[in-house]
Amino acid sequence: MKEELQKRTVKGPDGFEFEVDPLNDYYCSEAPKAHPPAYAKIVESFFNWARSESIWILGFGTGCGAIEMRPLMTPRFDAYRFGVQWRPTPRQANLFIISGYLSVKTLKRAIRSYEQMQNPKYVLGLGSCTINGGMYWDSYNTIKKLDDYMPVDLFVAGCMPRPEALLASFEELKKVIKAGKAEGANAYAENFDWYKANQKKVIKDWDMPDYNW
Amino acid sequence: MTFEWIQIPYSLMTLLIVIIYAFFMTALIAKIGARAGRRYGIRIHQNFLDLFKNYSLRSSITHGYMFYLAPVFRLTGGIGLLLFVPTIYGSQMFSNLSFAGDLILALYFIFFGTLGMALGAAESGHPYAAIGISRGLSQVTMAELPFALSVFAIAVQYQTLSVTDIVAAQQGGFMNWTVFTNPLAVTAAMMSFLGTMMRSPFDLHLAPQEIPIGPPTEYHSSYLALMQTNRNLFPVAKVVIYMNLFFGGATNWPVFFLKVFLIYLFSAFVGVVFPRFRVEQSIRWFMVWAVPVGIAAILLV
Repeated sequence: MKEELQKRTVKGPDGFEFEVDPLNDYYCSEAPKAHPPAYAKIVESFFNWARSESIWILGFGTGCGAIEMRPLMTPRFDAYRFGVQWRPTPRQANLFIISGYLSVKTLKRAIRSYEQMQNPKYVLGLGSCTINGGMYWDSYNTIKKLDDYMPVDLFVAGCMPRPEALLASFEELKKVIKAGKAEGANAYAENFDWYKANQKKVIKDWDMPDYNW
Repeated sequence: MTFEWIQIPYSLMTLLIVIIYAFFMTALIAKIGARAGRRYGIRIHQNFLDLFKNYSLRSSITHGYMFYLAPVFRLTGGIGLLLFVPTIYGSQMFSNLSFAGDLILALYFIFFGTLGMALGAAESGHPYAAIGISRGLSQVTMAELPFALSVFAIAVQYQTLSVTDIVAAQQGGFMNWTVFTNPLAVTAAMMSFLGTMMRSPFDLHLAPQEIPIGPPTEYHSSYLALMQTNRNLFPVAKVVIYMNLFFGGATNWPVFFLKVFLIYLFSAFVGVVFPRFRVEQSIRWFMVWAVPVGIAAILLV
């Protein structure tokens, strides 16, 4: 546990002393809840349509594949016309693209970001590294199967896939969402212990709460 | 004007028309901005999809009471601004709840949402929200000054504080519009207009390239949906004030749609041409260019 995360007593500038417990003060310890589809089928289909046509991507490039996302914002590919846009904050994002290899250090940040996203949320594994480790399969410091650490809705194979492949994957993801099959967030909440065990197995310096809402 | 109950459904109808118009128009402006960057741009109904999407998110978290209230405050600012000025001049149906002193109230409502946002953003606890809101507030405060000066100038010019009377005085040909009878005041107000439209060069407080998203960083799900509604409604409500005060108002809906679109387009054009100011640059810009014009407008009126 890092020193700044330890429970300690702090003296304020006005001489007032108070206790700080970062893990409890700044985070919520509650485990995630599953939110099954709550409305009638027709309403849920309508919502799924809206969700699929308005995909907001978390602007977080985890590996080399992030460079394939940039051209999508430019005139050449222009993903905005498909209802796709980038949000710099996990709170407002729906789609998390794990773009390429995921080192253990980045996995920690990826988990924190993923858990802060709101249900329903989708994960797209971009590149072979997210499927089986790819060219990093024997690396000491990257994960091999992304699906063990967070529920993935769609994989895009390739090293690296071209931006066109990403555009095609958005269209595929829309089909998955419209069919009501993109329930990754609920799968994560239901199999929370399994995912946590997997995550803690590779992250040796676990110094955050179990769930970061 | 006396109050009658029928004004309430009429006002709600105004609100509905303006919100639908605002969503489509904002998307159209975004498309025009995208075309300037040689992109195709978003779909014309994209704003509605984003709104439905955000309402349809299943989970949401809160950071406290003000976090709940801030989007409500913000939307109140937008709706209040729209409903207390006449939308269509001379129409009993779309005069809304305008009354004798509504100009002062409108000035207040322009600021109302920003203050609510400041409280909510502070409670969200995110450092970017705090930075964004401090920049945004200082910039909006500065941008309000030339607008307030110009509003006082035309209040003196027309000897009234009622928006309806000001519109009435501008009827009968476009040469009667304030933009021709008092160009200095309108120049100052249009400069201030740029500063409050959240577009480049005055979008430092929320530009994704500077601080991601800014004040609404922590907002999501239905909170964000409320704020999106206001994000589309509020600029249009503000443009309605400008249209009424400076550009002769509107006597029917097609004229209203056209004038609002053109006034809005002004900020979009400036936005695609000029790069972003830092906050001290933008404040200096208002001090050096806009405020003197506003003072001159008051002196010469």
